[in-house]
Amino acid sequence: MEAGLSTKLFVKGNEAVAMASVEAGCRYYFGYPITPQSDIPEYLSRELPRLGGEFIQAESEIGAINMLLGASATGVRCMTSSSGPGISLKQEGISYMAGSELPGVIVDIMRQGPGLGGIDASQADYWQATRGGGHGGYRIIVLAPASVQEMYDLTMLAFDLSDIYRIPAMVLADSVIGQMKESLVANPRPVATLPAKDWAVRGRGEGQLQQVVKSLKLGDGEMEAHHWKMHARYQELADAECRWEELQTDDATLIVTAFGSVARIARTAVAMARAEGMQVGLLRPITLFPFPSKAYADLSTRCKRFLDIELSTGQMVDDVRLSVARDTEVDFYGRPPGAGSLPTPEELFEQIAKNYRR
Amino acid sequence: MRHDVFISGYGGQGVLLAGNLLSYAAIHEGNNVSFFPAYGVEKRGGSAMCTIVFAEGDTGSPVVGHPSVALILNQLSFDKYAAKIKPGGVCVVNSTLVDSTTLDLPDVRIIKVPMNQIALDLGDVRMVNMVACGAYGAATGALSLASMGEALKKALPERNHRLIPANIKAMEAGAAAALV
Amino acid sequence: MKQVFSRPESLKDIQTHFCPGCHHGSVHRLAAEAMDEFGVRGETIGVASVGCSVFLYGYFDVDVIEAPHGRAPAVATGAKRARPDRIVFSYQGDGDLAAIGTAEIIHAANRGEDITVIFVNNTTYGMTGGQMAPTTMVGQKTSTSPYGRDHSKDGYPIRMAELLAQLEGVGFSARVAVNSPKNVMQAKKLMKTAFRYQVEKKGFAFIEVLAACPTNWGMNPLAANQRVGDEMVPYFPLGVYRNTANL
Repeated sequence: MEAGLSTKLFVKGNEAVAMASVEAGCRYYFGYPITPQSDIPEYLSRELPRLGGEFIQAESEIGAINMLLGASATGVRCMTSSSGPGISLKQEGISYMAGSELPGVIVDIMRQGPGLGGIDASQADYWQATRGGGHGGYRIIVLAPASVQEMYDLTMLAFDLSDIYRIPAMVLADSVIGQMKESLVANPRPVATLPAKDWAVRGRGEGQLQQVVKSLKLGDGEMEAHHWKMHARYQELADAECRWEELQTDDATLIVTAFGSVARIARTAVAMARAEGMQVGLLRPITLFPFPSKAYADLSTRCKRFLDIELSTGQMVDDVRLSVARDTEVDFYGRPPGAGSLPTPEELFEQIAKNYRR
Repeated sequence: MRHDVFISGYGGQGVLLAGNLLSYAAIHEGNNVSFFPAYGVEKRGGSAMCTIVFAEGDTGSPVVGHPSVALILNQLSFDKYAAKIKPGGVCVVNSTLVDSTTLDLPDVRIIKVPMNQIALDLGDVRMVNMVACGAYGAATGALSLASMGEALKKALPERNHRLIPANIKAMEAGAAAALV
Repeated sequence: MKQVFSRPESLKDIQTHFCPGCHHGSVHRLAAEAMDEFGVRGETIGVASVGCSVFLYGYFDVDVIEAPHGRAPAVATGAKRARPDRIVFSYQGDGDLAAIGTAEIIHAANRGEDITVIFVNNTTYGMTGGQMAPTTMVGQKTSTSPYGRDHSKDGYPIRMAELLAQLEGVGFSARVAVNSPKNVMQAKKLMKTAFRYQVEKKGFAFIEVLAACPTNWGMNPLAANQRVGDEMVPYFPLGVYRNTANL
């Protein structure tokens, strides 16, 4: 029993992100305060100076993302974090990072919007996250943790994937996952084969070639080639890095699908349905980009009913519909974000029962 | 076994500390734990609440619509949340401040513990949350007082560890009152 | 025979794209000479901005990061914090630094970032075709102030060197011009000081250079050069506005 207390920590989701970034070797953080993610900069402002790293509270989200760009261009692991209004401001820098093929981790603890909105949990930034968000046509890696443990594990994964594919990576959660505390096993950094950052600017030294990190591509055909190169890389990412979780899908005649906080609530709702003898399963995407389309395609060859649940009027449901076999019915239940709109397991159970019996 | 408990009271009654304490105690007993905090708008005097779910396996939803156990520390919380308790559930009320006859809850076992009075008698009304935790342990048997005592070391900052013996006394008094 | 003039090593042997009479070439040269002087070419990271100076990497023989419009001081901050042993400079025009990038320059300066900022003030947006800049003179006609800059609607030209000199985080702030041999000699000296600040870790250094843009001013190079002295210098006085380390 004593061992249980010593190996398991009890921390907030946001703190787990900050701890994982340190474990992943990130020593540079640039951010700006915004609820509900301020635990991340607060933690790192305390820890990074002790570790010889740098913490900067920037003048704005725009300042922060551009500091990330500058630090990343020199080859170091670095991170920023924010929520909706701040993530919107960061889109300029994210586009430049995507265009310059710079890695870097961006944490988005979603809150309700549009505009100032409020601080309640939301999933209405799914489109913003998974469609790139800024100008020019690009994608970023998007990971959607559904527990404090995953906040920790997926933050470390975000650094590795971002370095391997040279694509910015986003950890996308909301205030439920960010603010709740759970037991956590602080796993050590996984062993990954990472490519050398031979593209980084470091001061060219004598006799070495000049390194330039840029997104300007004016040569005839240069930008077109860049787009096709990235297109192929996104495909490579989709082939190798899709992650999802399936729960009791083997005999399911109705599959519930949800990500992040809603998937957690749906988990209990599915268990309630099973207790009532309903053959219901859960499919939870862990990577939102790349979206695990194949998992949906495969399951929809034998299960013809899906129920997608989101804290929005329906965004991920687009990807679900694009992924499933053509004769599959995809129903939707949504609670757009806002005070009082977080569904309970009982509420989701009712929706499951209604769809199951229909 | 999956347990859930909802705690609600005024800001300043130590609701979140109580939630943290029960969480550490649950981890101490080998469980996975989810602690979901929600705050009122005000820092003091507003309502504070949290939900704790613990289980040896999957904790499932951190959001609970109908809790099986509720620790209710003030009247406002009782009036607002007691009716949400699951049929067959338990409601431990701070009977110093809560008149539990305002609602008719035939399917809920109501356990009245004069938490403020007990804490005052022990010398500090701020220990009301410790009395509540002790009462929870005794009323449900879900967590032992020994684990809660251990959990105090984690839940309290180092500078307050001198208060651990007094807090354990408050828990014991709460447990005893819940068994009456 | 003694060689008295040659291309600085920190500049590539490449013809620039700058218009005839443009002062960017001179400013590039002064910056390169300063880098040569301190022998830091191999350890320097330049940060290019958006504007005519975006092709920095084509001319300077140093590593370069290209920044979004106005954000060069933030990008330079990230690079310098990650590589504090490197010499990091940004090179920005007036639209970039004094309009869209006002927050970034003020806060990088106020934090006292150990970087050197070269600010080329030619009173116009050069690359986009001569629109009104924050430093456009009152009455100056541009493609977006066709009746001349009207201070009642457009405000007054911003004096960045003086403004930044008010900040405690700034080590060095000066304004120079490259319109005459005398001014070029002074500019060369103060450009060196702006890099010396960083080499000796004395804090944030800012050097504003008044420059000609004959194409967008609709002038020939000589007339443009003349305008720098006649119109700009009286409003943007040359001099050192802050020099905390007395370098």
